[in-house]
Amino acid sequence: MQKASLSFRLYVAAFYLFLFAPLVVVALFAFNASLFPAPPWKGFTVEWFTGTGAVFGKPGILKDPAMLTAILNSLKIALPVTVLAVVLGTANAFLLERRNFPGKALLSMMMLWPLVIPGVILGISILAFSSRIANSLEDWLNMDLDFLRPGLFLVILGQLSFVLTISTLIIGARLKKFDRSLEEAAFDLGASRWRVLWTVTLPFLKPAMIGAGLVAMLMSFENFNTTLILVGSDAPLPIYMYGQMREGATPALNAASLLLMVVAGSMAVMVALFSSQKAE
Amino acid sequence: MTALPSSERSLFAEKLGLFLLLAPAVLWLGVLVILPHVEIAVLSFSERIAPRVYAFGFGNYLEFLGEPIYWRTFARTAFLSILVTLITLVISFPVALYIAKFASGKSKPLLFLMCLIPFWASELVRTLGWMMMLRETGVLSFLLQKAGLASGPVEMLYNDASVVLGLVYGGMLFMIVPLTNALESLETAQIEAGYDLGGSHLTVLRRIIIPHAMPGIVAGSIVVFMLTVGNFVTPVMLGGKNGLWFTEQIYSQFITRFNWPQGSAFGFMLLLLSTVIVWLGLRLTGQGFAETLRKA
Repeated sequence: MQKASLSFRLYVAAFYLFLFAPLVVVALFAFNASLFPAPPWKGFTVEWFTGTGAVFGKPGILKDPAMLTAILNSLKIALPVTVLAVVLGTANAFLLERRNFPGKALLSMMMLWPLVIPGVILGISILAFSSRIANSLEDWLNMDLDFLRPGLFLVILGQLSFVLTISTLIIGARLKKFDRSLEEAAFDLGASRWRVLWTVTLPFLKPAMIGAGLVAMLMSFENFNTTLILVGSDAPLPIYMYGQMREGATPALNAASLLLMVVAGSMAVMVALFSSQKAE
Repeated sequence: MTALPSSERSLFAEKLGLFLLLAPAVLWLGVLVILPHVEIAVLSFSERIAPRVYAFGFGNYLEFLGEPIYWRTFARTAFLSILVTLITLVISFPVALYIAKFASGKSKPLLFLMCLIPFWASELVRTLGWMMMLRETGVLSFLLQKAGLASGPVEMLYNDASVVLGLVYGGMLFMIVPLTNALESLETAQIEAGYDLGGSHLTVLRRIIIPHAMPGIVAGSIVVFMLTVGNFVTPVMLGGKNGLWFTEQIYSQFITRFNWPQGSAFGFMLLLLSTVIVWLGLRLTGQGFAETLRKA
């Protein structure tokens, strides 16, 4: 192949500049010793991370109770989503790869749906449906069912509705590659069904299960649209940051963004490591 | 030895196992996807005739057609999403071609990986980045003034261009990945043969490269279009009052005004829009849905 012309290479370079400029700016101004996340540069500080508020009148993110609560809320959502996505995704993978039943083609097609439905619509539909259930059950049981109202539980369900598609696809792809003669050998050696599953099949699936869990956690942490509709008073990090952004920017937001980038980046590196392990 | 009961028992175990595996999948799709959509379908056809009294009717859809701000926002969202998809395609194509066919062995995976990095950052962070670049007190305005190209602060935020820019930025990854994958399988010899037979750059691009990349183009365009139509943060933050995105209308009907039937009707209009455009796109290019989704 001939070499790319100079203008072609300049275009590609400009593209990467365009790609990274906004992220570099966000990261850089988290360290600017100024009340506003804007040029000019007033000197380096970590006040927006660890400061108590003595210098700028606002505490750094690691000392800000509201920010810490938001991070905690994010974890309260992400952990159940991750565990359920892995467990149910594994069950779905076995269902699709190992079983035959009428309507299987339809079911596997429908599993892709949540990926094409806009997040806002997933959010409003789950909100409307859970409210209907709550209304009729409350009339019937004569008690309050707060968990069916906007809040952490609905956010978990809302995120799960599309994260499950991803985890099912990841774990299913791995199960498809499994050599079933390994299971047969274990059966021939007298192992029970559960023992085979536990000592042969699941260890083979483990990299995909960990990978799916990391992706699920990442998607949960970063999800905005569905969460925005279903959130109650306990706002997770992206929703809290959105509220702050609407009120006006401070470098504290940049600090929180940088934190989010570092967490997401390290999780993405872990995903990459596990998938390269998978390839061996 | 009784062989029959044991085989019956294993048949029962088989049935039970299938049932246990089916239950979560059916619950997931039924309770979290299908029934909720039935619910908003029903809601969208209910009209309020008195406080807390609703009846069947098309009022919410008529309201959509009768109120210019609604259908204009809808049409605007559709038009800008198509525009964003096309711009994303045009910007990403050369980069994908470079990664797939021109980059040397070592730099190729690096360049590809570098495209992925910005998308590990949250959508919110990317939007914040563009706000800091474009606003009056932002980086670009500052640089323009430093370079003497502007005499005062320049506001580049809160207009259609900034919305389109943010959406194109957000869609690029989903274009570059399928494009690069499609172009990877193009034989270099095939391109060279095109040149040897006297083809110009343009002819080779039009007759050899683009037809080969077609599955990737379609897959990428569909994903970018769907993500753009359903986007919320980017138009709201980068467009401000001028953002006017249809998801924002749905949000305000549902959350701010608490008019769920109207919001549900809007939700269905949005689903209809993305389905119709995706279907048209597949029709025009002769691609199938399931395999396209798999590529993307």
